[in-house]
Parts: sequence; C-alpha cells; structure tokens
Amino acid sequence: MAEHGVIIKDMLSVFRDVAPVLLVALFFQFAVLRARLPNARRIAGGFLALVAGLYLFMIGLDIGIFPIGEAMAEKFSHPDHKGWTILFAFCIGYATTMAEPALLAVTQKAEEVSSGGLKSFRLRNAVALGVAVGLSVGVHRISTGAPLWVYIMAGYAVALTLTWFAPREIVPLAYDSGGVTTSTITVPLVAALGLGLAANTPGRDPLVDGFGLIAFASVFPMITVLGYAVSMKTIIMYRKRGDRK
Amino acid sequence: MKYFFQLFFRSVMDVTPLLAVIFFFQFVVIGESFPNTPRMLAGIALVITGLFLFMRGLEMALFPLGESLAYSFAKKGDIKLLLAFAVAIGYTATMAEPALIVVAEKAEKITGGGLQAFTLRNTVAGGVAIGIALGCIRIILGHPIHYYFIGGYVVVMALTSMAPTRIIGLAYDIGGVTTSTVTVPLVTALGVGLASSISGRNPLIDGFGLVAFAAMTPMVTVMIYGIVVM
Repeated sequence: MAEHGVIIKDMLSVFRDVAPVLLVALFFQFAVLRARLPNARRIAGGFLALVAGLYLFMIGLDIGIFPIGEAMAEKFSHPDHKGWTILFAFCIGYATTMAEPALLAVTQKAEEVSSGGLKSFRLRNAVALGVAVGLSVGVHRISTGAPLWVYIMAGYAVALTLTWFAPREIVPLAYDSGGVTTSTITVPLVAALGLGLAANTPGRDPLVDGFGLIAFASVFPMITVLGYAVSMKTIIMYRKRGDRK
Repeated sequence: MKYFFQLFFRSVMDVTPLLAVIFFFQFVVIGESFPNTPRMLAGIALVITGLFLFMRGLEMALFPLGESLAYSFAKKGDIKLLLAFAVAIGYTATMAEPALIVVAEKAEKITGGGLQAFTLRNTVAGGVAIGIALGCIRIILGHPIHYYFIGGYVVVMALTSMAPTRIIGLAYDIGGVTTSTVTVPLVTALGVGLASSISGRNPLIDGFGLVAFAAMTPMVTVMIYGIVVM
C-alpha cells in the first residue's frame, strides 16, 4: 500500500525535523540556563499543534500535490516547448513560495517586529516573485548550458549593489529571504523540473546541470525584496519633494 | 473564535495560488482532468489544515521558546554559552534534515563515491553551525550585515574558481536546502529576541539575518571539502 508508505515516511521525516531542534532547545533552557519556561502548558500544546500540522501538511502534499506536480514537471521538462517550460517554472515558483511555511514564519515575525510597518503579504509576494523570476532564468540557463556560477555571482553582485540604496531595516530580511524560500514544497517540484530538463536536453549532464536551480530560487528573492524596498523609498522620497514645492 | 476563522481563512488563501497554478496547467494547458480527484481533494484539505495548525503552533510554541531562550542567554551574559547553543542547534538540525540526506546521497552517486554522503552532511552541518554562531556574534556587535555578506561573496567567488565544476551546482544549491521549516522560525525568534534584549540593537536591523548566515557558510565549507577531496 502506497498510503502506508507515505504515512510512515512522513512521520519519520517530521520526527527528524522536530526532535533534534526541540531537544537542543529544551536542554539549553532547562539544563544549561536553568531558566523556567513561562506558559509551559501553552507551549506544550503549541508544539503538539505544530507537529500535527507539519505532519498533515506533508501527507497532504504527498498524496494531493506532489504526484500531479511532479507529473507536470516531467511533462514540461522538454526543451521543445521552452516557452511553456519557462511559464510553468515561473508559476510554480510563485505559487509554491506563497504557501511555504518557513517563509510565512519569517515574514510574520517581521510584521510583528515592525509593528505592522512591513506587511507579511507584500514581503511574501516580493519573495515569491523573486523565486518565479529566478526559476525562469534558471530554466533558461539549463537550455543554453551557460556556466551556473556566472549567473549566481552576477545575481549576488546585483543584490549587493541594491543593498547600497536600500533602507537599512530591510537588508537582513532580504538576505534571510534567500535562505527560507526553498524548503518543504518548492524543493521536490523544482528538483523534478531541473533534473528532468537536464536529462531531456541533449548535451546536458543531469548530474551537473540538474543541480543549481534551487540556487536561482535563493539569489533572486534577495534582488526582488531589495528592489521593492528601494522603489518604495524612491516613490516616498519623490512624493515628499512634491509636497514641499 | 473569530480569530480562528481568520487564521484558517488565511491558510486557505496561502494555498490558493498553488491550486490555481495546478488547475490551470492541468485543465487548460495539458487539457486533461485529474487522474484521481478524490485523493487530490483529500490532500488539499490536509495541506490547508496542516498549515493552519502549524501557524498556530508557531505562535504558541516555537516563537515563545526562541524568545525565551534569547532572553535567558542575554540575562546570563555568557557569550560562550550562546555560541555553544548556536553551534549545537545548527549542527544537529542540519544532520537530521531529510532534504539534505537525499541530496547528499545523490551527490555521492554523482561523484562515484568521491564525495561521501555522511562526510558531506557533516560538512554542511558544520557550515550551518559556524554560520549561526557568526550571525549571533554579529548581533552582539551590531555590525551591518552586508559587510559579512561582501566577505562571504568574495570567499565563495575565490573558491568557485578553484572548485571542481561538478561540485559547484551542488554547493550553490545546498545553502537553500539546509534550513528546515522548524529551524528557521526558532532561529529567527532567537535573533530577534537577542536584538531586543541587548540595548542599542534594533530587532529589524540586527535581529534578522541568522538564516542568511546559515545559508551562506555551507557553500564555503562544501566547496572546501570538494577542493580537498577531488
């Protein structure tokens, strides 16, 4: 039974995800720091919700989303219809990022810390757009076979240049967004697309060219988040200048 | 009660783009119906419920735990202890990361055993541990994050020119794979908590950025490993 396989596999992977982090955190809290945990009951309840949620989320992905998503990724990983492949990469990059739990966590924290000045929804949109553009460029790269490092290093250079103009508050958050975009949902679908595309394109080594797509999804969100912040800053500056006249 | 509905509705909205994309490509572009609709609908219901519960748990448990740790470390004022925690959490969480296990095994196959999966995982975990520790030091010192980033960028560039071609894609990807759905919120709460409990630090400017460190340093350690072995 495939169902049983999924249920056990996901339980194992959630356990592996949660147990070490929780053990280390609790060990330091109680044994090393000897600090008490305020609201311990509420926190215990919260952890149950977290683990159950993560588990249901992954089972749901495995039975509902991944089979169809991976079949699609395979279908669109043919170099003959490059337009469709790029459109698919763009859409799937945007859509999976909007539902990525780790990104939700970080942007929610940012909204909380900035007392609502940074909107979680807008930040996530900027990040998702970055992943979408990044994956499209990454797919294009696989079809042309240009070296990966040129694109990635150019991407970092653009991000660093934008850092110069961006408000200081947004910079760490923008850098963080590169690391959080690709986890639970995005990686399996993107890996299927990248490996499939590299296998179906003559002259590409799936082992060399299949990797690297995730890197695009990490670099481009930095650019879009910084770009968004810079353009907002510029707009506000011009408006203020207009008011003074 | 109203809050619960709002939160649930938000989870539905978070998943909607994904459903829209899948429906569009399946019906409009491919022009077929789904092979197993009831199964898919059940999966979607589980995804939404799961996301809702996860977000509740985040607010109730993971964020408070991370903040509580940060305050306790700040109160104690022992930097060595904080760094020990950063290393421990970075290392153990990464060693257990399911996505990394898959990638490491693939990498061992690619290189025909030139890279050992277990050593590779250790290399990445060591990278993440160093990254989070370095990020904590930055929060304490209050340095602007982009100095570290420019430094990291230069190191990555230099290593790229020396590293074997086959390992470059892997090394670049690995930064994105290492940080899991549980580690990210805890580490974020830790950073923000630290920045709020040290006077003169701004939680937005100084508190965020730990995840970025955890994504950057593994690239460096993996490429060094590749250069040494191959």
